[in-house]
Amino acid sequence: MSASKFIGQPLPRVEDGALLSGAGRYVDDIHLPGTLEAAFVRSSFAHARITSVDTSAARAAPGVHAVLTYDDIRPQLTADRLPLELRPEPLPPNITPFPLANKEVVFAGEAIAVVIAESRYLAEDAAGLVEVDYEPLPAVADCLAATLPDAPPADTRQASNIVKEFRQAYGNVGAAFDSAKHRASLHFKTHRGCAHPMEGRAVLAHFDTIEDRLTVWDSTQESHDVRGFLVHLLGLNDNQVRVVAPDVGGGFGCKHLMYPEEVVITAVSRMLGRPVKWIEDRREHFLATIQERDQYWELDIAFGGDGKLLGMRGRMIHDQGAYTPRGTNLPTNASTALPGPYLVPALDLKVVVAETNKVATIPVRGAGYPSANFCMERCLDHIARTVGLDRYEVRRRNLIKPEMMPFQTGLAARSGSPIIYDSGDYPKMMATALEAIDYEGFPERQRQAREQGRYLGIGMAMGLKGTGRGPFESASVRIDRSGKVSVITGAVAIGQGLKTALAQICAEQLGVQPKDIAVIAGDTGAISMGLGAFASRQTVMGGSAVHVASVAVREKALKAASEMLEVGVDDLELQDGRVQVQGVPNLGVSFAELGTAMAGVPGYKLPGELPPGLEHSHNFLGTSLTYAGAVIAVELEVDPETGHVKLHKIVAVNDSGVVINPNTVRGQVIGSVVHTLGNTLYEWMGYDEQAQPVTTTFAEYLIPTAPEIPRIEVILLEYPGKNNPLGVKGAGETACIPVPGAIVSAIENALESFGVRIAEFPLSPARIFELLSQGRAGNA
Amino acid sequence: MSDTHRITVRVNGEQREVEVEGRLTLADMLRHRLQLTGTHLGCEHGVCGACTVLVDGRSARSCLMLAVQTDGKSVETVESLGGRGNPSHPLQQAFIEHHALQCGYCTPGMLMTLVEFLRDDPNPTEASVREAISGNLCRCTGYQGIVDATLAVAKAFANEAGR
Repeated sequence: MSASKFIGQPLPRVEDGALLSGAGRYVDDIHLPGTLEAAFVRSSFAHARITSVDTSAARAAPGVHAVLTYDDIRPQLTADRLPLELRPEPLPPNITPFPLANKEVVFAGEAIAVVIAESRYLAEDAAGLVEVDYEPLPAVADCLAATLPDAPPADTRQASNIVKEFRQAYGNVGAAFDSAKHRASLHFKTHRGCAHPMEGRAVLAHFDTIEDRLTVWDSTQESHDVRGFLVHLLGLNDNQVRVVAPDVGGGFGCKHLMYPEEVVITAVSRMLGRPVKWIEDRREHFLATIQERDQYWELDIAFGGDGKLLGMRGRMIHDQGAYTPRGTNLPTNASTALPGPYLVPALDLKVVVAETNKVATIPVRGAGYPSANFCMERCLDHIARTVGLDRYEVRRRNLIKPEMMPFQTGLAARSGSPIIYDSGDYPKMMATALEAIDYEGFPERQRQAREQGRYLGIGMAMGLKGTGRGPFESASVRIDRSGKVSVITGAVAIGQGLKTALAQICAEQLGVQPKDIAVIAGDTGAISMGLGAFASRQTVMGGSAVHVASVAVREKALKAASEMLEVGVDDLELQDGRVQVQGVPNLGVSFAELGTAMAGVPGYKLPGELPPGLEHSHNFLGTSLTYAGAVIAVELEVDPETGHVKLHKIVAVNDSGVVINPNTVRGQVIGSVVHTLGNTLYEWMGYDEQAQPVTTTFAEYLIPTAPEIPRIEVILLEYPGKNNPLGVKGAGETACIPVPGAIVSAIENALESFGVRIAEFPLSPARIFELLSQGRAGNA
Repeated sequence: MSDTHRITVRVNGEQREVEVEGRLTLADMLRHRLQLTGTHLGCEHGVCGACTVLVDGRSARSCLMLAVQTDGKSVETVESLGGRGNPSHPLQQAFIEHHALQCGYCTPGMLMTLVEFLRDDPNPTEASVREAISGNLCRCTGYQGIVDATLAVAKAFANEAGR
């Protein structure tokens, strides 16, 4: 192919026009006549038996159409509980949520009843009148405590607080430890809170009683899965359920799940024969939307006098929360991500997944990788200090070399496929980052600052992300009778610029402007199959599907035009919505003429007796992940009197393979950095000892705001992915992974003279001050 | 709950008469009564800034303000910037050029905050822009594109004025 016209260009996004002018269409912007609105009554206890629910006063309240509990909803459904979303895992029974609490509540915020009223105002009025009697039960607030023999059960309906135990292991760990010059035992605690897209969850369900069909507008990352689960739970078939993700105001993982509220709202719409809407408010997001939360990592490491890692072993305990709706992919991802870009010759990590009385955990942007990477980077800093080498030098010695690619780690992804890093020059990526932040010049900057009583620190880290998860994604590409080019996909647009990327990939083949291509994503009524938005996969999987389908449509358009114009295919080109003789724009046919001809005329042959239609559908298959990566280098300043951290500069060197649109990839990188920067320094989802959430507003749970963010320099290096025809890799999560490791390394570096050691994130100023006090005491 | 009030409010230059309950928020009036759904609700407790509109030219959290409080006042929303689906305001254009939005949910509040800011401070610095949007949360962009877009618009205005 000649040089790219559209792929790799920083084109304006096709999404922006509507979103900038108030013409976006999010779920709550869709209003159907006769819509009723819902409010949920939620548990005020983290663990309790429900002894009674009195709905009589609520039912008598103005504008109320229904007040329903589990016993009212259950007859509408084919199962007691929601389905387990990642089904092939061997997991114990009774671990998924009920649509509404069934006799026992296991986290504060679990929905117990729903009020359906003329408006949300009236529904909330009535929700306050529902009287729930509880018999409190002991709550488990901490996942380490949950594993102890005397721990109370987080859920009395389950046999154990341990959902699953498994190992990630390869190599001869015993021998590595026996022969190593150095050994160390290091313990870490990691914590990531809520996802917090600015649009919370939202669902509008309309059961059409004339056609026995359900349409659901859902702020989701997985339209087709939601349809599949609703079909199962409501006893319908695919033809009767259409799930549409309209404009989605961000996802970050939390919308990659069907929740009890989606089931209840659709079931109620069917019961009442009316459209029913529920819009999550922020408090509900804090209480009842998944989080990523806590992991305890107890690691033993073995390493040589040259600073090279020889082996790692230990245990990781993961806080699963009160239910396991999506399987254990979060701790699985975290544990397989431990080695990352570094050589770990032998590994034996035991993983314990423990239930607690908090809302369930599933992956948030980064999917466990940031926590694992943090531990690895902390280990490398420990090695550097022990053997007396520079932190960069230790990383350089342990990074996988480009000549070792493709590199098989010894671990397997959850598909069972071996984890193979397909491409990349990790040492070069790290060198590029350190050059950009002037690592060489840092000691002098640090010295000068110290003379003024200021404490500068520098840190670096590198993470990898398995992207483009399979098994497939769908695309249909079509030129219709109007000449309009359409791309239809099961991938779901949640704000990343997916439609722009897919339009550019299609435009590359069909020679029309991306802005003129209609992209329909996340509508099960438009395409039969699809998987959606997760694991930085959509440009890889959906993009490849669009590419293959576009190539096929291009070839067919050329053949049809060749017949109609009686010109050889090789003499034709696609240009501006026409197929024309090369260099003779007047001699050609428009896409409208081609689309019309290929739509057929009753009784007549199609051009060249080609199969009808200018359309091709393709499900792109992929079982191997393609590994993208990022290096973060950060320079910051810590005020030892207050514990305040001021970030001065962040450099992100990112490899997402071949870049479709550098603007949107840079946007993903910067957004990723700021997300986990929040996780590192500001965001803490607190619970007290009774597992009561204590940070349920944005005044208590701090999302990063503009003033605390420094300018982030993004450098895109492209190492084409090997598992797809475009050479692309995912971009949505790479740069979020190394941020906690890099920032904490820099803080420790700034406070080196105080002997501060950090084994956790997030780090509030108060916690840094506490660590400083401990460090000072240790030095004294 | 028949606590209703008839109010007269100028919305995006147009005089509107609306019958509202005393407790109806300005955001809900705009979104559900006047079908101006460009104004979004992100937290409903006055922190995230997604619902920011201008009331008599000053930014206000429409989730915390009651509709009745706008009686006799003038309200500007993102729809006032013009070009439904085809934005033409310099800030909207700069947002496109500098990739200042992703999911678009916080964007209307950002734009209205910045419209007020640039009226007050036509010669901003990077620090002052960051301070200006410190009351608007964005989970997607990391703010850098928004800052760059704002500085670019201010520079273009300054060049225009200097000519």
